Amino acid sequence: MTVNTKQDRDFIKTADEAVDMYHAKKEELIPILMKVNQDLGYIPKPVMEHISSRLQVPQSHLYSVATFYHMFFTEQTGRHVIKFCESAPCHVAGGREVFDALQEDLGISPGGTSDDGKWTLMTTSCLGVCAVGPVMMVDDDIYGNLTPDQIPDILAKYE
Amino acid sequence: MKTKRSMVLVSNDPASQKKGASEVYNQFSKELAAFNLSDEISLTMVSDIHRDDIAPFVIVYPEAVIYGPVKPEDVHHLVEEHLYKGRIAVDLKAPTKQLTGPISWIADRKGTLPAEQRIVLERAGVIDPDSIEEYVIHDGYTALGKALTEMTPQQVINEIKESNLRGRGGAGFPTGSKWGFVASAQGDQKYVICNADESEPGTFKDRLILEGDPHSIIESMTIAAYAVDASEGYIYIRGEYSLAQTRLVNAIQQAKELGFLGENIFGTDFSFDIQIHAGAGAYICGEETALIESIEGKRGEPRPRPPYPTTNGLWNKPTLVNNVETLANIAPIIRNGAAWFNAYGNPSSAGTKVYTILGDVNVTGLIEVPMGITLREVISIYAKGMKNGAKLKLAQTGGSSGSIIPADLQDVPMDYDSFAKAGVTMGSGALLICSDKTCVVDLAKVLINFFRFESCGKCNPCRIGNQRAYQILTKISEGLGTEKDLADLGDISKWLYEMSNCGLGQTAGAPLKDVMSHFVNEVEAHINQKECPAGVCKMSGTMPAQK
Repeated sequence: MTVNTKQDRDFIKTADEAVDMYHAKKEELIPILMKVNQDLGYIPKPVMEHISSRLQVPQSHLYSVATFYHMFFTEQTGRHVIKFCESAPCHVAGGREVFDALQEDLGISPGGTSDDGKWTLMTTSCLGVCAVGPVMMVDDDIYGNLTPDQIPDILAKYE
Repeated sequence: MKTKRSMVLVSNDPASQKKGASEVYNQFSKELAAFNLSDEISLTMVSDIHRDDIAPFVIVYPEAVIYGPVKPEDVHHLVEEHLYKGRIAVDLKAPTKQLTGPISWIADRKGTLPAEQRIVLERAGVIDPDSIEEYVIHDGYTALGKALTEMTPQQVINEIKESNLRGRGGAGFPTGSKWGFVASAQGDQKYVICNADESEPGTFKDRLILEGDPHSIIESMTIAAYAVDASEGYIYIRGEYSLAQTRLVNAIQQAKELGFLGENIFGTDFSFDIQIHAGAGAYICGEETALIESIEGKRGEPRPRPPYPTTNGLWNKPTLVNNVETLANIAPIIRNGAAWFNAYGNPSSAGTKVYTILGDVNVTGLIEVPMGITLREVISIYAKGMKNGAKLKLAQTGGSSGSIIPADLQDVPMDYDSFAKAGVTMGSGALLICSDKTCVVDLAKVLINFFRFESCGKCNPCRIGNQRAYQILTKISEGLGTEKDLADLGDISKWLYEMSNCGLGQTAGAPLKDVMSHFVNEVEAHINQKECPAGVCKMSGTMPAQK
């Protein structure tokens, strides 16, 4: 690929750091993608192309892995990612009402990103904190025992 | 919060009715009021226990004592002795050796009180998980020392076999046999993998074991490696479990510094090293062959089996994969012996089980109790009863692939064999307790939605079947269902089980099957009367969205 913009150069630098950290081993593909995803918030196409050539694995394989795992993003997300648990324990504890309130407050539906680029809303399977359901994660913060009226206060904490 | 200290169950089968069960019940009601115990003790009639020769009989929980035959004039003495003074009224106790049929398990109960007994969570919350010194002070690494210096690998395997430990990940496969397969498999290199990709909805027992006592897993994995002759180990941990990950990294580092891990452990020629591999969010990676694919850097798609990982696992080498809770039992068994372990639980299932209690109960959380206690006991003793005194409708065990257990099976002891006999499964240890405000169609929809989302897509029955089942359930929940939908759901459930490649697809149809066999009337009400008896589904009557 040809490297043009500063953003492209930054992407390549991040990709190289991740690949070097795991000694360019093919079997470490998932940790490498995890590192990139953490640093950039998603895995951009130029990064995938670069990792593909460094590890000598086909781009198709990389793409299939990157789209398989829920924690990887291949599109840019909002500044904050909300993951709402939709598994049964949270559902019976009143999760549905909370989720309705959340969608209304954000004005987006699952999988969507708000127009101002602030929020991405996702549903997720069990987060393993079921004793305090309903549960959601905003970035790395976990909120439990949610009720619909708490949603505005929680959202207001994020810039 | 409404909690009860004891429960009194009066038999209500035809034989008991004939012999005056109602009079006994009424007398109990009067006597409990006379002793001012009505608020502390619940009184119920149960009809699903058949035991004609001692009818009418009475079971008192939590001690699980059976009295019978009971006459109305015995009740005063029973209430005074057992419920007021707290002594078992021996003279009225039914002879245990005669117990047969569905309640014979009570005779097998070792010790009467099903108090919480901790083996795998013994140190959780007691020691500092970041301190290897505290672990060592609490007998840590003594089992590894014993195995390495006093036992041959075969002796270790035999001990595990004799302990009757069964895999705690959900399938209940005998652990000792699995170890034996890996030990006898041919290969220059073998691996031990700890499956810490806990993602069954409602299950978080492994997270708490790892966060509370990480060294116990390292010690047990090292014992396993010695037994099967492996030199490398992996802990495959859920990407979301960051605290557990941090603690494991620290624990591995400490164990290496003190010579419990690495080269020449305990000065022997046995060497073993452990690496941590974090998952990236995929439920299917809890399936052992998908997990192995994921460690190899691929999509987590299950392999066809056989061959099994015990001969062709990671990098095609013999591989032992055990769940966190299973491994946490290993060091205690080696330290105390198989006979000690067999003293817990009941004859069909030795040891303890960690359960996560959730749903419409007063206290949610984690308990470790002997195998074989009943759902009724869990709800009344540990969960302190149903929230707001609600009525139990069903319990869902073992996350999404567990069973939906109707209230009338709540006296079945929770062990592998009794559950198999009743046609239900224990799964991973989640107990989602639902009151009569829960709609089974809505619940099934949520459960199937989970599988629809988490299906890896490799094989058609699972990828298409779950999607189709979800569409049909959505239709029914909107009041648009037909009789044919009912038959289709039955077919999908059957085909999922028969034709899917891996455990995910095979168990995905279980909630459908359970709903059909225990709650079909409620589903039919949605279809025929366009009514949701629990009042949960909004019967809009418009066309469903095709998601």
